Amino acid sequence: MALNTIWVLAEASDGKVSGTTLELLTKARELAGTVEAVYAGGDADAIAGQLGEYGATKVYATGDLGNALPGVPVAGAIAALVEGGNAPDAILAATSYTGRDVAGRLSAKLDRTVLTNNVDLEVDGDKLVTTEPVFGGTTNVKTTFTAAGPHIVLVRPKSFAAEPSGGGAAAVETIAVPDAGRSGGAVVTNRHVEEREGPSLDDAAIVVAGGRGLGESDKYEMVEELAKLLKGAPGASRAIVDAGWVPYSYQVGQTGKVVKPTVYIAAGISGATQHMVGMKGSKNIIAINKDAEAPIFSISDLGIVGDVHKVLPQLIEALKNR
Amino acid sequence: MNVVVCVKQIPDPADPGALDPTTKTLKRDGKLILDESDSYGVEMALQLVTAAGGGEVTLVSMAPNGEVSGLRTALAMGAAKAILVSDDALAGSDALGTAKVLAKAIERVEGADLILTATESSDGYTGTVPEQIAGILDLPSVTFAKQIEVDGSTVKVQRQTDAGFDEVECPLPAVVSVTAGVVEPRYPSFKGIMAAKSKPVDTLTVADLGLDASQVGWAGAGQEIVSIEEAPAREAGEVFEDDGTAFEKIVAYLDNLKVL
Repeated sequence: MALNTIWVLAEASDGKVSGTTLELLTKARELAGTVEAVYAGGDADAIAGQLGEYGATKVYATGDLGNALPGVPVAGAIAALVEGGNAPDAILAATSYTGRDVAGRLSAKLDRTVLTNNVDLEVDGDKLVTTEPVFGGTTNVKTTFTAAGPHIVLVRPKSFAAEPSGGGAAAVETIAVPDAGRSGGAVVTNRHVEEREGPSLDDAAIVVAGGRGLGESDKYEMVEELAKLLKGAPGASRAIVDAGWVPYSYQVGQTGKVVKPTVYIAAGISGATQHMVGMKGSKNIIAINKDAEAPIFSISDLGIVGDVHKVLPQLIEALKNR
Repeated sequence: MNVVVCVKQIPDPADPGALDPTTKTLKRDGKLILDESDSYGVEMALQLVTAAGGGEVTLVSMAPNGEVSGLRTALAMGAAKAILVSDDALAGSDALGTAKVLAKAIERVEGADLILTATESSDGYTGTVPEQIAGILDLPSVTFAKQIEVDGSTVKVQRQTDAGFDEVECPLPAVVSVTAGVVEPRYPSFKGIMAAKSKPVDTLTVADLGLDASQVGWAGAGQEIVSIEEAPAREAGEVFEDDGTAFEKIVAYLDNLKVL
């Protein structure tokens, strides 16, 4: 048995649909007879083809939201559809800035719970069952909804493989965005794009991450340099983000990004359980830490018990000389 | 200006987490401490009140067993008072139920201009409570703030995005969630710790808030656990002690993977 209809909150940038959106559309096809997308942005026509290629037959488009943050208007638009009688069985969103904001506002508007941080979804009879890893990924908890839908689900990036279904372009249906009154007061006055060399942490085939073992914030440069040499992305443990060495966008872990690169190099990271859940899906893990008992060595494919201040410069030098 | 900070008191992350086998919820009967994620909100609030030239910081928390140790830490940092909601009926609350409780508590704080929260807690990490609170209170909000400034009746925020950051302006009152590392939290002074012991902590029940027990706790969560399973463990490879040449092993390993 399958569900009737699933809506996927689609995200896109510069006319390109996000990887996680495509992953969610792919999974949704497995679980429901009808898959539709909801999209906030003025270019729904431009992405309708991609959305359809991955299984969405329709995209509900709010149109350009101008300088509003998406959480309030998108949740308002979805709630209006639901309250008007057009309700899906479930709404899937990525655990992204937008996904969490929309899910939070929608949850309050519809008085519905949200199941978060899920890495798998299945349908058992007519029940949607989610899987969430807890305790550093050592334990998987399966949960289902007990109250009426629509059921709101947040899914971590890279939980599923994205596969096209070869469908035609999704039909674009414009939806109304109700006046949000007081809730809609926040306005974006400027958007800063940080010039970044190399791949993003989400997409990089190689991630070099640094932790407290680096000692001081200056030493993070070695991580950046190594990442650049390997054409990868730099990442960080929560400890050094908390210490203000690097911004939250670098954080890998339970609270932060989940990455699954071909190679993950953990330098000066002990392997706290909450960090490991963010990277234990990496294909190959290399760890460098001066503590032989560090938990990271229990999941590394190649472990080096040594001083990062010695090993990293040597490694960087060797790679430069190739 | 008056700032309300939502803080969570959680089991020490250094202790291994455990699930209660009967209820299948996180065990919270041991020592609870102030979630480190919330120390940034408390510090930010104290700095904003100082910059405004007056006002106070009120803490709001939901915790079992009348727990106050985490609140005392935040009070020692300089917060003026706290509202604690503690009630057995709250066990098993989901994020929305938690938000309903915190929203009711926030409504009791007179003259609240700004409500600060972390982006997510360190133990539950659902990340939805800030927006749920804002939705329930019908307030504008900005999440993932990496910098905050108050200018009269507007809060100006630098909001983290995938591409960099957005500058956002929001009228007060508003809810803002702050990322870790947004400020350096102060260590409570000895004087602060002593003063914290006598700062007011108003302890309330679900009934005191005017909420129905059916809206919170297990009853209100709208979800149930189907199973708990051990995840397959990842096998570890070899571990070598660095004798000065370990870097060569790394190069060889990467070469073998053909990523160089």
